[in-house]
This record gives sequence, C-alpha cells and structure tokens, in this order.
Amino acid sequence: MGRVNLVLLLVLTACALGLVTSQHQARKLFAELEREQERAQQLDVEWGQLQLEQSTWAMHARIEKIARERLRMSVPDARRTQVILPGTDAGTQTEAKR
Amino acid sequence: MNYAASPVLALRLPLWRSRLLLALIAGGFLVLAGRAVYLQGLNNDFLQQKGESRYSRVLEISANRGRITDRHGEALAISTPVKSVWAIPEEVQFSSQQRAKLAALLEMPPQEIDKRLNEATSFVYLKRQIPPEAAERVSELHIPGLFQNREYRRYYPGGEVMAHVLGFTGADDAGQEGIELAFQSTLAGKSGSRRVIKDRMGQIVEDMESIREAQNGRDLALALDAKLQNLAYSQLKLAVEAHKAKAGAIVVLDAKTGEVLALANLPTYNPNNRSRLSGAQLRNRVITDTFEPGSTLKPFTVALAIDQGKVTPETMIATASGSLSIGKATIHDAHTFGDMSVAQVIQRSSNVGAARIALGLPAEAMWAMFDQVGFGRAPRLGFPGEVSGKLRAYKTWRPIEQATMAYGHGISVSLLQLARAYTIFARDGELMPLSLLRVDSPLAGKQVITADTARKLRAMLEMAVEVGGTAPKARVMGYRVAGKTGTAHKEENGAYAAHKYVSSFVGLAPVSDPRLVIAVMLDEPSAGQYYGGAVAAPVFSAVMGGALRMLGVRPDAPLKPLELPPAGSEIKEGV
Repeated sequence: MGRVNLVLLLVLTACALGLVTSQHQARKLFAELEREQERAQQLDVEWGQLQLEQSTWAMHARIEKIARERLRMSVPDARRTQVILPGTDAGTQTEAKR
Repeated sequence: MNYAASPVLALRLPLWRSRLLLALIAGGFLVLAGRAVYLQGLNNDFLQQKGESRYSRVLEISANRGRITDRHGEALAISTPVKSVWAIPEEVQFSSQQRAKLAALLEMPPQEIDKRLNEATSFVYLKRQIPPEAAERVSELHIPGLFQNREYRRYYPGGEVMAHVLGFTGADDAGQEGIELAFQSTLAGKSGSRRVIKDRMGQIVEDMESIREAQNGRDLALALDAKLQNLAYSQLKLAVEAHKAKAGAIVVLDAKTGEVLALANLPTYNPNNRSRLSGAQLRNRVITDTFEPGSTLKPFTVALAIDQGKVTPETMIATASGSLSIGKATIHDAHTFGDMSVAQVIQRSSNVGAARIALGLPAEAMWAMFDQVGFGRAPRLGFPGEVSGKLRAYKTWRPIEQATMAYGHGISVSLLQLARAYTIFARDGELMPLSLLRVDSPLAGKQVITADTARKLRAMLEMAVEVGGTAPKARVMGYRVAGKTGTAHKEENGAYAAHKYVSSFVGLAPVSDPRLVIAVMLDEPSAGQYYGGAVAAPVFSAVMGGALRMLGVRPDAPLKPLELPPAGSEIKEGV
C-alpha cells in the first residue's frame, strides 16, 4: 500500500511540474503570438501608407503632366491615328509580320 | 538542587484555567475560519476584483475604416494612423532648446506653443494629426507633461479630381459628405476591447476574454474608373477655363450596367486640405443641383409622340414661320428652315416644332413620360442631398407650359437624372437603375418606350451631331455618336436672365451598340460662346472618344478624320 502511494506521489509531482512547464511554454508562445499580431497590424498600416504613396505617385494627372512636359509626349492627332481591327486584312498582316 | 525536585512542578493549577484558554483559542480560530469563509466564499467579489486589477488589463482594439477603391482596385481613400500631441501644461517643463526643437517638429512658431500652454492648466492639444515619424521624434525629446494619442486620418490621393464623389470625413473619422457619408455604416469600423493578463514586464501572457470583437470597416469598390474620371475632370476643367464658365459638371454612365463611371464638378476642392472651403466648391452639381435642361428634353417629347403613333420621323411639322403664339406668349426658333420633318426638328433643335408636337399630346401622357424616365423623383443612389427636381402635376399645366416643357423649360432636373433618362435611347427603351458601387450582375431596366421608337430616336440624335445638326463638334473619330445639345436661359428671381445661360450636351455612343451615356453641363459660359453645341459638345467628344478607346470598344464607323464645318455655319438651336 505504502509503495503504491509513493509511486502515485511521484507521478503527481511529475504531473504538477509538467503543468508548470507547459503553462510557462504556453505563456511564452502567447507572448510571441501577440508580438507577431502587433507586427501584422503594423505591416498592415505600412501597407496602407505604401498604397497611399503608390496612388499619389501614380496619379493620372501627374503621369500626364510628366509625359507632356518632361517626355514631350502628346496624344496622337486623329490624322495620325490608324486603328487596326482584329480579323480584318490589315490586322492579319500586322499579326503575320510579328 | 536538581530540577525534578523543584517545588513549582508539584504545584497544581485549577483545571478551569486551561479549559478557558483552550476555549479562547478555539473561539479565535472559529472567528478566523468564519471570516475566511465569508471573504472567500460568500462575499468574494471585492477581493477578486482587487486581485484581478493587479494582473489583468482591458485593452482597446482599434478598428480601421474601410478603404474606398475604384472599380479596378485603385485606392481612392485610405485611413492611416497619425498621432495627436497633447499636454498637461502644469507639468510641462522644457529648456528653450527643447522648445525650439519641439516647435520645429510640430511645424509651428515657439510663441504658439507658449500660447497654447497658457490656455488651460489640465489639458490642451498642441497639434493634432501629425505623421507617426514626427511623433516619434517628439517623444524622443522626453519632455515631461507631453503625451500623444493615436488617431486616424483619411487621405485622398486623387485630391480634387474625385472630391465630390468621395466626400470626406471629419476629425473623428466619420463621414461628412459624399460616399463617405452615404456608406458610413459600411465603411466605419467598430472598435472592440478584450481582457488580458499581463506579467510584470508588461507583456501579455494570457487572453482572458473578448469583451467586444473589433470589426474593421468594409472596403468599398466604387463603380468609378479612376482613369476615366481623370479624363472627364481634365476635359471639363479645360472647357470651364476656356469659356470662363462659373461652374461645370460632367457624368459618365455605363449604359450596359447603369454604373456611374465618372462624375466631376467644378469648382472643386482638395479634400486633404479643407481650410477655407466655400459652399460653391462643395456643391455637387451633378446630383444636388437642378437646372432647366432646355433642348435636351426634346427627344422625350418626340419619343412619346412616335410611341403613341401620333407622328413618324418623316411627318412634316409646320415650322416655316419660325414662331408660334399660344395665348399671349410666343415661342421662337433661332433659325427658320421652312417646314421640317420630325427628325429635322430634333436635328436642328426647333422649339416651334417640339412645341407643336407636344400640343398634339395629352398632358397626362407627357407627364407620365417625364415621370417614368425619372424626372421629379430622386434617383435613390443613397447619396446625401439627392434632389428630385421639379415636375409639376399635369392638372396644373396650361397649354403654353406644356409647349415650353417640350423643349425643357418650366421643368428642372439634375444632370444625373438627365443622363439616366437618356439610357432609354441607349438601351432600346429601358431605363436603368444607377449605381455608385461596382455592379457585378446588372439589375434589370424598366421598359419605358418601345425598342423600335428608341432606335428611331437614336437615328435622329445621330443626325443632330452630323454636319447640318446642332453639334457637329460632338463627333468622335471611329465611332458613331448620337446626342442632343441644350442651351437654356438661367432663371433669376423668377425671370429669365438675358445673358446668363446653361449650356449642356447629353449623348451616347457607339450608336450601333451604345456603351456610354455622357452628360456635360456648363454654367454661365461668358467668353462669347454659349450654345451647347459650341461649349459642351467638344467636352463630350473628347471624353467620349478617350473613354471608348480606354474601354476598348470596337469602332463602328470608318476611321477617317472628321471634317468640321467652317466656323459660323453651325446650326444654332432655339433658346
């Protein structure tokens, strides 16, 4: 009887220690999760800011201005435009040339 | 003397003394046990609360406001965190060097900081909404009594181009105008909170419960096409400047789905910097303003007459005299061309012709027609401040009013209503419900006139933009275009002002399978020209041409350069 009790006591102690370590592990992992979530949120904010920046740089008005002024581009005049429809003779010719 | 022989040991104390002591000690234990039971079992809330407050914390979880994007996902409005710097003036202590650094970081003069600090003793904002990087450098100054809190600020990369559609939000990130207000409940996030356990390092070690789930606002994809919007805005701006107009507005609709692809107004404002805003800048003339449309309404009268079998496009109308008297009033045409067919009445925009056709129609039917195409009713987009326009009950119409309404006077509509009404010509008689949001499966339209009538009207409207019509400048190379000009005197204090006009043009293209409806309006063009065909039609042409190419619509006309008629030979519509 005494022996069984002793074994049980040892098992109990082992379980208790196990519980303590696993709880500690859980808390450590949880803290890590929290940190990662915080980082995810920060990255999300940064993404928003980058999107904003991209939209600002890619504003159509800005692109048009640069194209016109710095690159000296212009919308082709109707007289200098040739439209080639797919399926027509002109269309198949240009396709063939490629 | 040894110990055992001590006489004290032989002393016998009375038994009651030890009993009393035992009872007292046992009583003390009982009291303690009772107290323990009371504190731990019966009345344990207080202690538990005290204990929890040592390790548990309630954290706020902030929620983002949803982004607004255009139909292709391009960001039009984004909220991003910023910091607000506030102070408890009593506790603030800084050297003059720190003060100078702080002033530079906050971009304000040092005297202004002193002034703010002297305003109150317990709480004062030094500067709201500064970028996070600047806020970080402020906190590196380590000035006591200076604090920061996190706020959200909304940025609009499109600036003034999209201002009227998007609207803006106030300091608390709640919508105040436009889409931001209309879809406030969708966009707004709900901040939540949760209870956690923190260790002595301040790290969260356990999640106890979620008190309120945080909900981020939902993103909103508009029907708007950023590229097209920019095109419409820049063309409108050029025209408003060239014609010295007081204001201008343009709206582009997708005839297939009823989506609003572009909507621009001038004058406008920059939603990122809203100091010194005037009412004129804020007005969304497309949706919240009405005007007398003028001749752009003629096609509806003619469509009704054809639908009812009263006339055919070839029926001749007596317009040779160039004027028509009804009671005391007389209606005039700007030019006379002899008698015209119904088609020519539209092509040359004859007021007399339209009035004569209208007088052959019952007032009730005309009212029903206007009502069915949406005049006199708000378009129900959910946009703040939508107007319904003015369409009086037909029972109060006098004949002269019925005649003038045929060419768009005595009735007021918004530009959006007008553009929407033209979907009946673009869609073989169907009126489309409009949408500001991207539509994935279009709703069904409502048949107003027969498909055959709609096609006949389209052919007439195509004649109006050809040489010999009122708006040859509306044509687009490579596409067949149809549309109608409008020029109306402005009403001022109940009378028509002599030299103030509203010039407009509403049209659709390509005629073989209409894809877009565009309506343009310029308010008080005052650089000499004021006819819709000279002022509004070129804007229509530029935007329509660009838009159809952007959308990759197949050309349905020969691709040769357009020849414009010599200057001065245009046909002017009656005003």
